[in-house]
Amino acid sequence: MAGVLGGLPEAVLQFTYLVAAVLFIQGLRDMTHPRTATRGNATSAGGMFLAVLVTVLWFEILSPVVLAAGLLVGGAVGVWLAVSVETTEMPQLVGLFNGFGGGASALVAGAELIDVLGTGTQLSVGLTTTAAIAGIIGSVTFWGSLVAAGKLHGVVGDSPVSPNAGHALKGLFLLLAVLAGLFLIVRPDIFGQPPVTPWLPSYWVLVAAASVLGVFLVVPIGGADMPVVIALLNSYSGLAAATTGFVLDNTVLIIAGTLVGASGLILTVIMCDSMNRSLRNVLFGGLGGETESEDMDEIYEGQITETSPEEVVMLMETTQRVVIVPGYGMAVAQAQHAVAELVGLLDENGVDVEFGIHPVAGRMPGHMNALLAEADVPYEKMRELEEVNPTFSQTDLVIVTGANDVVNPKANTDDSSPIAGMPVLNVSEARSVVVNKRSLSPGFSGIPNPLFAKDNASMLFGDAKESMQALVNHYKEETS
Amino acid sequence: MTFVENLTLFVLAAFVGYEVITKIPTNLHTPLMSGANAISGITLLGSVVVAGSGSTTLATVLGFVAVVMATINVVGGYLVSHFMLAQFSRGGRD
Repeated sequence: MAGVLGGLPEAVLQFTYLVAAVLFIQGLRDMTHPRTATRGNATSAGGMFLAVLVTVLWFEILSPVVLAAGLLVGGAVGVWLAVSVETTEMPQLVGLFNGFGGGASALVAGAELIDVLGTGTQLSVGLTTTAAIAGIIGSVTFWGSLVAAGKLHGVVGDSPVSPNAGHALKGLFLLLAVLAGLFLIVRPDIFGQPPVTPWLPSYWVLVAAASVLGVFLVVPIGGADMPVVIALLNSYSGLAAATTGFVLDNTVLIIAGTLVGASGLILTVIMCDSMNRSLRNVLFGGLGGETESEDMDEIYEGQITETSPEEVVMLMETTQRVVIVPGYGMAVAQAQHAVAELVGLLDENGVDVEFGIHPVAGRMPGHMNALLAEADVPYEKMRELEEVNPTFSQTDLVIVTGANDVVNPKANTDDSSPIAGMPVLNVSEARSVVVNKRSLSPGFSGIPNPLFAKDNASMLFGDAKESMQALVNHYKEETS
Repeated sequence: MTFVENLTLFVLAAFVGYEVITKIPTNLHTPLMSGANAISGITLLGSVVVAGSGSTTLATVLGFVAVVMATINVVGGYLVSHFMLAQFSRGGRD
């Protein structure tokens, strides 16, 4: 058990792991402000490099070629993915990376079981229990993340089974995974001697059952609930790493994995609160299915005012304060650069302009902020729901682009609505509201939006990018 | 390390994580998630040990696959967060 550094006392290894753990925590602390966040990310990466380096040098590496090949292949693929993927594809990329972390944890726990068996040692209950947990969480994370990424990428469709059948299947495979785990832990002596090895396959049964479970868990979940799923899988990937730390008796795995588990869980809770729904409801409830398709015509009939870019620009010329509310439609249309240009122009003309960003707008936590940052919008202009809501009454113009449910006043007024109680942006308190959307079709919740029929609201139909670009062009003409 | 010592670490780390992460603003939630994601690639340490120990062919193969997956997670996660954060700090200078 000796590598290059193997002659040193074990305390050296443990101490280096402690330094790495401190770097991870300090890195996360630096993430609390955009100015220090880049440094924080580098600090965290430094901790990782240190931890990997000391591990490679410490342990006896019998197959250095295999290890080097793995590191090279993984590194190359990681760089390639990070460099080549478009900003719009960011949610699925983050989901995919998550899955790889979880999958690796499940495999490590399995390989460790094989290793320990190979040395002829009895499997301890602690080892088998933690390995079983790591295997379940890791496999669910891997397959759940693949499905989530596939759905976000549009290559995986909706669940082929009915919700009830889905629940039954989830229960069945969870039961199977837990039973396989119990077999691994207890290893009842029904096969006679030898008592150890026949139970190893039960680990792979567990992995297989948890994999199917992961698929069934995520397949029925729809697009707008993806921020919750992505955050939750993020948490799982951390917990899988932490449990693998228990299997291997590795302190830094436990600390780092737990930090990630906490981070993902906090984001999950924030996302659920922002929709006024429980995690259970997001994961198992589904939305909109039985909503009586309450006559959309009844609400919209004769109430919809359509506007044009020219008219919106005329409105903009007389405003002191503009709030822009972006949604997933902006991400799909890649409209963030046009929006940012519009904001820049308004800013130059002395208009007070800010963004009102709903926590669940988009497909992952902070999605809108990341897109706008890409388009060079200063982060001071991005306001959270609680900050921006009190300001709408002093706002002259709100431009909603590609958002729907997050500005639906029904959340406040109709207790029977599927989005009842969800905190929304109360844009109709502003003097006028322009809603840029491709059509009147409902959002993810499947319900009509009475905002569109309000007297101070008008619709600017069209693709978000084209519409915003049209506003930019007209505004330039008018103000130059 | 006993199980209880490991559990102690787990519980304390959970509290530290809670305290630190609740202070991170919504603006930075995407880079936080991809950065945290990269940290969860810490499981690479375990992968390195099992891939390198080479006790059986199966363990080595599993270790190799685990090393590849965890390295993608680590390298890709940190790079993506870096690119995103570079955009945030650029926006902040304006």
